[in-house]
Amino acid sequence: MAHTKISIRNMNFFYGQKQVIHALSMDVYEHQILALLGPANSGITTLLRGMNRLCDLIVEARLEGEILLDGQDIFHPEVGVTQLRRRVAMVFDIPTPLPLTVFDNVAYGLKLQGGKSKAEIQETVERAIRMAALWDDVKDRLDESALSLSGGQQQRLCIARALALDPEVILLDRPCASLDPISTAKIEESLHTLKESYTVVIAPHSVQQAARVSDRVAFILMGELIEIAPNKEIFANPQDQRTSDYITGRFG
Amino acid sequence: MSPHVRRQERLAKGVIWMAAVSVMATLVFIILYILSRGLPVISWSFLTEIPRSMGRLGGISSTIVGSLAVTVVAIVIAVPFGIGTAIYLAEYTRESFITKIIRFSAESLAGIPSIVFGLFGFIFFVIFLNLGWSILSGGLTLAFMILPTVIRTSEEAIRGVPYILREVSYSLGANKWQTVSRVVLPSAMRGIVNGVLLSIGRCVAETAAVMLTAGSTLRMPDSLFAPARTMAVHFYILAREGISLENAYGTAALLILVIFAINVGANILLDRFMTKGR
Amino acid sequence: MKKTLAEVVTEKTFLVLALSAISALVLITVFIFVQGGPFITTQGLGGFVFGMSWAPSQGEYGIFPMIVGTVCVALGAALIGVPIGICCSIFLAEFAPPLLKNIFRPAIQLLAGIPSVVYGFWGLLFVVPFIRHYLGGPGLSILAGSIILAIMILPTVVSISEVSLIALPRTYKEGALALGLTHWQTIYSVLLPAAKSGIVAAIVLGIGRAIGETMAVIMVLGNSVALPESILDPVRTLTTNIGIEMGYAAGEHREALFATGIILFLIIMTINALAQYITRRR
Repeated sequence: MAHTKISIRNMNFFYGQKQVIHALSMDVYEHQILALLGPANSGITTLLRGMNRLCDLIVEARLEGEILLDGQDIFHPEVGVTQLRRRVAMVFDIPTPLPLTVFDNVAYGLKLQGGKSKAEIQETVERAIRMAALWDDVKDRLDESALSLSGGQQQRLCIARALALDPEVILLDRPCASLDPISTAKIEESLHTLKESYTVVIAPHSVQQAARVSDRVAFILMGELIEIAPNKEIFANPQDQRTSDYITGRFG
Repeated sequence: MSPHVRRQERLAKGVIWMAAVSVMATLVFIILYILSRGLPVISWSFLTEIPRSMGRLGGISSTIVGSLAVTVVAIVIAVPFGIGTAIYLAEYTRESFITKIIRFSAESLAGIPSIVFGLFGFIFFVIFLNLGWSILSGGLTLAFMILPTVIRTSEEAIRGVPYILREVSYSLGANKWQTVSRVVLPSAMRGIVNGVLLSIGRCVAETAAVMLTAGSTLRMPDSLFAPARTMAVHFYILAREGISLENAYGTAALLILVIFAINVGANILLDRFMTKGR
Repeated sequence: MKKTLAEVVTEKTFLVLALSAISALVLITVFIFVQGGPFITTQGLGGFVFGMSWAPSQGEYGIFPMIVGTVCVALGAALIGVPIGICCSIFLAEFAPPLLKNIFRPAIQLLAGIPSVVYGFWGLLFVVPFIRHYLGGPGLSILAGSIILAIMILPTVVSISEVSLIALPRTYKEGALALGLTHWQTIYSVLLPAAKSGIVAAIVLGIGRAIGETMAVIMVLGNSVALPESILDPVRTLTTNIGIEMGYAAGEHREALFATGIILFLIIMTINALAQYITRRR
């Protein structure tokens, strides 16, 4: 049995009066890729943003229940929110390079932490870019604007930027939604190497992607967890009719 | 389409084009009118010599320094306050009673006539704070005047920064101030600088407010507490008192060139340099 | 979420900076009123506002002719400038090809940047002789002031109306065109009414600018303190009254000028509040 990295206990989430997540409980295992599968507006993005407390930024939002990281409640007052966000990194659904150079994008999180020498930063940045399979593309362009990269390169830059934090968990919210098939393949490839060192939670943009990349799949509908099971089981033998309908393309 | 409708359509279109063309023509006419008479007056000595016999002879060097000095004072004071206000309104607070009052104040300030700023600057800085007619009084008065411009343009620029960039910054472990200072402000810099340039233009062009607060001496100012005459005030006095039409044209041409440089030249430069790194 | 001390300190710092606008407005109001208010109370508001004679050397301070002058010049500027300004905003929003738009819009901005004294100077050398020659009278007149101010309020009128026209949903225009209306009929019967509040705000703010302008009109209005009988007569406005006499006024005279400033301030604040009310109501 794998170690449980993140444990979500009875999570409810509200935007104002509207409830978008209903009594959701599930575990995320270490060094695995968990795919959160479901149609649009199922609360998957909200769930991801709960896991690194980005939802704190929304004033009308309210979260009930517990999210445990290595057994500790991430909403406990002793947990520093910036510390948490470094441990649980996030990649967004559209490429979001900051208006800085390629190098400074990846170094952004490191420089915020402070206390790192120039050489250390340089080394970490290079390692992160290599892990995101971007080094050959950008090694001569580190001082150029990140906005001059292609969409696929920008998204891999965003992954590198997250990796540079040396996180424990990486959240990916439809990371390939706006990318071409070749860039998508490159990112999916790097995911397989990433899970050696990290725990990955991904919201795939298609059933096929979930099938290709994940170890386990959670099917979520209208903010409810319908079922969660290892990849092979859920695609071969879904327990719930709705899961079966969704993965065979009846809706969604 | 009936002939009547077609005629109406053509007439309306004609009137609108005519309005636009005539406005454009008026602008070009005014600028050419001043430049054609003023440019020949501008020479090296015109720019570098101190005015003599009330401005009839000599150049306008001390008034260039005067304009520069009051503008610098105004910008140095107004820009931090203005950008700070914009950051507060856009990043640190939700719409509330206090933001409503701040906005109302800024919009009201923007509408106050410059001569009223002049009256205020005179009674507050010159008399009450006992700064006398000086560069400091003039600059501070101008700072009050341009404050709303800096606030409005900066706030618009800050609000124009996509929300996702803030989320990215937070997700990388930044706190609010780090996010604002390292991501939001650099992204909004183009718009903010534009607002500052606009304000510089207003300072250089302003006459009424500085005339009542900075004085009108033609001596070269030697400190912030010294009185000074700005180019705009100098031009006004030359023209109104009929001292020297020639030098008036020269000063006006220089003013227009400066404004033109700020409006057009700076924009081109901004496009070239500020789009780097993004 | 608990905030760290540093976060609280930065937030409070920005709050303090943000109070600058409020403090500025309060300071201005207080100092103008303290300086000019006592004069109005001793003189009597009615006698000051409706007094017909302004002769500081004889202690007579009536600003009614100046109020009339201000209103005449501002209305004249609106009559000339508003239709042209709205036409220009329609031109920008609906008719201008992209290239012209990219020239015309900065040109309007440039118009706003030119020092007001330059407009006054140009008016004095060009508009005033023109009126004197073709229409008679001294040339220095309400008409001359109105023409100069009409040009000066264009940027305000054009930019605010254009913004409110552009902000309309595209469906308005598409719907109207789909009903078989021509382009102009669409503009006239759908777009302009829909953008009405923005355009009205633009007009109000334009009039506010015209009332507040000093240096441009000081050179072309003739500045005589008398009730005008025609648009070719010279007048003095509230702003020019201050601009002309502030340089040498002292004692009671100076207080009277501050009192003039109070009246001007009140008129402008009313107009601003009106414009803000119109824009907010949407």
